[in-house]
Amino acid sequence: MADPENLPASAGGRRVDEATGTSTVGHEWDGIEELNTPLPRWWLWTFYICIAWAFVYAALYPAWPMLHGATKGALGWSSRGQLAQEMRADAKRRAPVVNAIATTALTDFPAKPQLMQAAVQGGGAAFRVHCIQCHGAGGAGLKKLYPSLTDDDWLWGGDLASIQYTITHGIRNPDHEATRASQMPAFGRDGILDAPQIDDVVSYVRTISGQEKAGAASTRGAAIFEANCAVCHGPGGQGGRAVGAPKLTDAIWLYGGDRDSLSATINQPRNGVMPRWNSRLDPATIKMLSAYVYSLGGGEKAPPAAAKPEGQGVDGQP
Amino acid sequence: MASPEDLTDENGPLYAARKGVYPKKVDGPFRRFKWAIMFVTLAIYYGTPWIRWDRGPYAPDQAVLVDLAHRRFFMFQIEIWPHEFYYVAGLLIMAGIGLFLVTSAVGRAWCGYACPQTVWTDLFQHVDRLIDGDRNAQIRLANGPWTFEKLAKRTIKYGIYLGVAFWTGGAWIMYFADAPTLTSQFWTGQAAPVAYGTVAVLTATTFIFGGFMREQVCIYMCPWPRIQTAMMDEKSLLVTYKGWRGEPRGSIKKAQAHPGAFGDCIDCNQCVAVCPTGIDIREGPQIGCITCALCIDACDGVMEQVGRPRGLIDYCTLDDAAVEKAGGVGQTVRKTLLRPRTLIYLGIWIAIGAAMLFSLGQRTRLDLAVQHERSPLYVQLSDGHIRNNYTLKVRNMETRPRRVAIAVDGLPDARLWTEAGTRERASQHLEIALAPDSVTRVKLFVAAPGAGPERQDFTIAVRGLDGDPRGDSDIIQFDRPEAGQ
Repeated sequence: MADPENLPASAGGRRVDEATGTSTVGHEWDGIEELNTPLPRWWLWTFYICIAWAFVYAALYPAWPMLHGATKGALGWSSRGQLAQEMRADAKRRAPVVNAIATTALTDFPAKPQLMQAAVQGGGAAFRVHCIQCHGAGGAGLKKLYPSLTDDDWLWGGDLASIQYTITHGIRNPDHEATRASQMPAFGRDGILDAPQIDDVVSYVRTISGQEKAGAASTRGAAIFEANCAVCHGPGGQGGRAVGAPKLTDAIWLYGGDRDSLSATINQPRNGVMPRWNSRLDPATIKMLSAYVYSLGGGEKAPPAAAKPEGQGVDGQP
Repeated sequence: MASPEDLTDENGPLYAARKGVYPKKVDGPFRRFKWAIMFVTLAIYYGTPWIRWDRGPYAPDQAVLVDLAHRRFFMFQIEIWPHEFYYVAGLLIMAGIGLFLVTSAVGRAWCGYACPQTVWTDLFQHVDRLIDGDRNAQIRLANGPWTFEKLAKRTIKYGIYLGVAFWTGGAWIMYFADAPTLTSQFWTGQAAPVAYGTVAVLTATTFIFGGFMREQVCIYMCPWPRIQTAMMDEKSLLVTYKGWRGEPRGSIKKAQAHPGAFGDCIDCNQCVAVCPTGIDIREGPQIGCITCALCIDACDGVMEQVGRPRGLIDYCTLDDAAVEKAGGVGQTVRKTLLRPRTLIYLGIWIAIGAAMLFSLGQRTRLDLAVQHERSPLYVQLSDGHIRNNYTLKVRNMETRPRRVAIAVDGLPDARLWTEAGTRERASQHLEIALAPDSVTRVKLFVAAPGAGPERQDFTIAVRGLDGDPRGDSDIIQFDRPEAGQ
């Protein structure tokens, strides 16, 4: 009878391979057999150490799912806790810059390029959270709704202090005394001007903005303009920033510069509203937002003290 | 937990304990070659970070520095920026082709001579000999009881292991920061935690791999032996025991008693005694053989003593082995090494190296990348002009501050200004200062008349104003509102 050790694997034996002198493991897969080459023992110990490590790890960190939540682990670690820790560390890292922004007057920022840069960065982040809903991701605004913040035309002033004031107090907030406020009358709806008069004013406005040639209508319109509009929009339509009256001689039209749009505006103005942010954002964030908006391309130098637009009385608007 | 001894079946253990390897001291040409390589490689490894290289006041003065924090790689006068990482890729490809070349020509020479595992194992084995004595003394001590002497010797030996391991780990971090500064920071506790962690990990791995794992790393852990085996052919040089000359083995006494009955091998076991991986080369090529050729030195020494021709164990190709077995004479070493396969590898290797050197010589160190701001695409200005905003990234890759000019071409009546300037003072081109060895981001405003095509390609170019006028340019788009808006 054959030695059972040397039976072929198919017969349940563990053959000793002739070429190597090593026994096979006793399995056979389509004629392929495996030699029984012992693993190094340290390999086994490494395996045991890994198992032990797994127990330690499971005891230290959240691991076992329970009915409500999971085991907490001896270290009390959690991903939320780690995030909070990282946020605290980052706040600490940013503290000197935020502090400098809070304690420096906004008008001094341009003289400190590094501070200005930091403020623009921080303002950009705040802008993406609070402002893009209306003014768009790049501050381009939305035609016929919200003004572009990137151009060189400003309703209420484009220097740092004016922008800061606008963001702080908002525009036409009924509940806030210091808000930027003005109201363009509804010349058409309220019957101050009749339709042909409005048509003439439209002709005049399109003439001073270079969209139409002067004619009889625009000459008639000029007189109506001087009587009704120039008090806010200035003589010749130069605009009046103290009351947020747009300049009418340039190429920028928030609510459209064609005849229909102009007629509609004069008939029933929009009197756009912007929320005030001093109730939601801290002064440092508003400073950073101002610096960011200022940097979008239309920022203006602060006007010389004498030429400052007249404030609206006691509220001290710039 | 089951003890490993229980995990056996009738065919023997499933797990094998490591057999101690106590290589005997040997001398010979290959041993001396290994000494030289060990000296050179260790000197390069430990010493390189301390070589100084003056790059002026705006760049580090360390010859070889991987500045991870600032994403710069300095190697003597070459500085590599992250976007030039293809040079590193090229070096890696050269290393790969080089390995093909060496392996196809001389087999596992990398394993036998230059691999860090081999070099450090060799170093640690010299420490063993220094403290414990040569092979026999080492075996006696290992098998002997724990006497005071053994305890003392083990303490001293492991202390030296630890010292070498620590020095090895410490040298590694010097490549990543200014070496003298980091050294003083390290000892005053001011270095970054990652520095201490790296030193600790590398000290541990060197201590374990060099002091204890040794040949186990090569036999069980390392993928190279498997890959290299696939790269060898019948014309690659292998450390070969010439069995047709040596067999049957017999001691000198036996050979004298029966002249002509025995081969040249006197079965002195010296080839086994000197082997750093503890194998018997006479069993033929095997995964444990790192081809360090110390058995050749040992056997040649013995053959000389007994007055038989050298080369019983020798570098030999499989082809030559077949020829010699049949009584012929193998090819010369020169012919073995210079054959189409090795020459093709060498050609590719040189071609890649030459291409890299050429492109290194050609590269400009002033680079421009322009990004057109897409939100908004264009801005209507009050005087009817259109403004587009761009973000310029100007890379000054020289280690000196520079002044450069930025100009546009192909956009009539364009005016440019930056955040620092105003449109009133804008002109056709502007000058900016670049900090040394850094990227300067410039927000560029470009205004052009409103009348013009809706989309217009034009060129923004940067050029040096301080001697080297070479620069870079980028073609980018200028957008205007659609007609009728």
